[in-house]
Amino acid sequence: MRHLMSPLDFSVEELDKLFDLAEDIEASPEKYAHACDGKVLATCFYEPSTRTRLSFESAMIHLGGKVLGFSDAANSSASKGESVSDTIRVISCFADICAMRHPKEGAPMVAAEKSGIPVINAGDGGHQHPTQTLTDLLTIRSLKHRLDNMTIGLCGDLKFGRTVHSLIRALVRYENVRFIFISPEELRVPDYITDMLKEKNIPYEEVIRLENVMPSLDILYMTRVQKERFFNEEDYVRLKDFYILDKTKMEYARPDMLILHPLPRVNEISVEIDDDPRAAYFKQVQYGVYVRMALILTLLGKD
Amino acid sequence: MLNVGKIEEGFVLDHIEAGKSMDIYKNLQLGKLDCTVAIIKNARSNKMGKKDILKVECDINQLDLDVLAFIDHNITVNVIKDGEIVDKKELVLPKTITNVIHCRNPRCITSIEQGLPHIFVLADEEKEIYRCKYCEEKADRKKL
Repeated sequence: MRHLMSPLDFSVEELDKLFDLAEDIEASPEKYAHACDGKVLATCFYEPSTRTRLSFESAMIHLGGKVLGFSDAANSSASKGESVSDTIRVISCFADICAMRHPKEGAPMVAAEKSGIPVINAGDGGHQHPTQTLTDLLTIRSLKHRLDNMTIGLCGDLKFGRTVHSLIRALVRYENVRFIFISPEELRVPDYITDMLKEKNIPYEEVIRLENVMPSLDILYMTRVQKERFFNEEDYVRLKDFYILDKTKMEYARPDMLILHPLPRVNEISVEIDDDPRAAYFKQVQYGVYVRMALILTLLGKD
Repeated sequence: MLNVGKIEEGFVLDHIEAGKSMDIYKNLQLGKLDCTVAIIKNARSNKMGKKDILKVECDINQLDLDVLAFIDHNITVNVIKDGEIVDKKELVLPKTITNVIHCRNPRCITSIEQGLPHIFVLADEEKEIYRCKYCEEKADRKKL
């Protein structure tokens, strides 16, 4: 039985197979409309996350399966003190596959160790969020037709953003990928990431201003810069506009550059860009459903 | 010069970093064994200047080599039988260690899950880095 805890659990070849399946689902959804008839997905969400949970539920419903679960620890037996190990043993009797989000890091792994059904990590604290990374990779592959030979700019909070860290670790497995990290000093990518890049001889740059590097990017991955991450209000006010993507900054971008964002967006991407053909963040949400459909099929052995 | 007599059966842990013998005594839980233990601190050493030595008279199988290797894999383990050294065990860093150190990450599932062992996995052999199996928090070996 297979689980998904980290995006690195799948080899590059396995990911290719998963993305091929996701693209086939996109092309011929009717072929898969009954692929999971009679199967049940449990969404065990110990903390609220509407988009990820609904994406999983949508994926299972589109495969013909059914969904049960809880969307908050307060509505689960965790509020009575039940352990994750006990909960998953119980859920294994109700469902065929489980997507789990938990505020504690490693909780889905504990569940996987005791589970009778495949477990998907749907986000564990600040640690991993593998299906977001799979979504990002599928979006890039589907829209750019490759995952190698590209320059990817990651912008905003690169220190605390787990989606950014996971994406970097997943992309280093592809040939000739170059990174440009765009962030204020306070929110630079952690040392363990830059150490890993140095070790693997993967080129990267760290810059403060976005517009200077825009012309060289194939992908711009935006994240939110949160006020509470700054030491003082003055720095936040001084820097916040550097990381807001608007029409003026887009003038520097290549005509085929893609803008990705894990969402929710607050104000880091101006709404005036939403109609730009390069804005891929809402398509990304759709690819999230396809990749979760492919993942459910793969883990249930129905690929 | 202080003389400590030979042991008949057991092990001698040599080349312990000076001052660390009590830490090893605690981590190997030697206090729980009903046997003779000699702790020699700050002995003269050609190799190290000064060193600690532990002599323990007990069945060699009672020694947890994984814990010892995790603490300091440069320690020499001499196995003694009938008063003679019959084997020198080489310590290699264990792939995993269980319940030797505790994960200090308050966001880790080990902080709330009942009965869950604290397991650390050797993530980088060259740099001797261990990480929590669940949250990947780096182990601070100095705070053992």
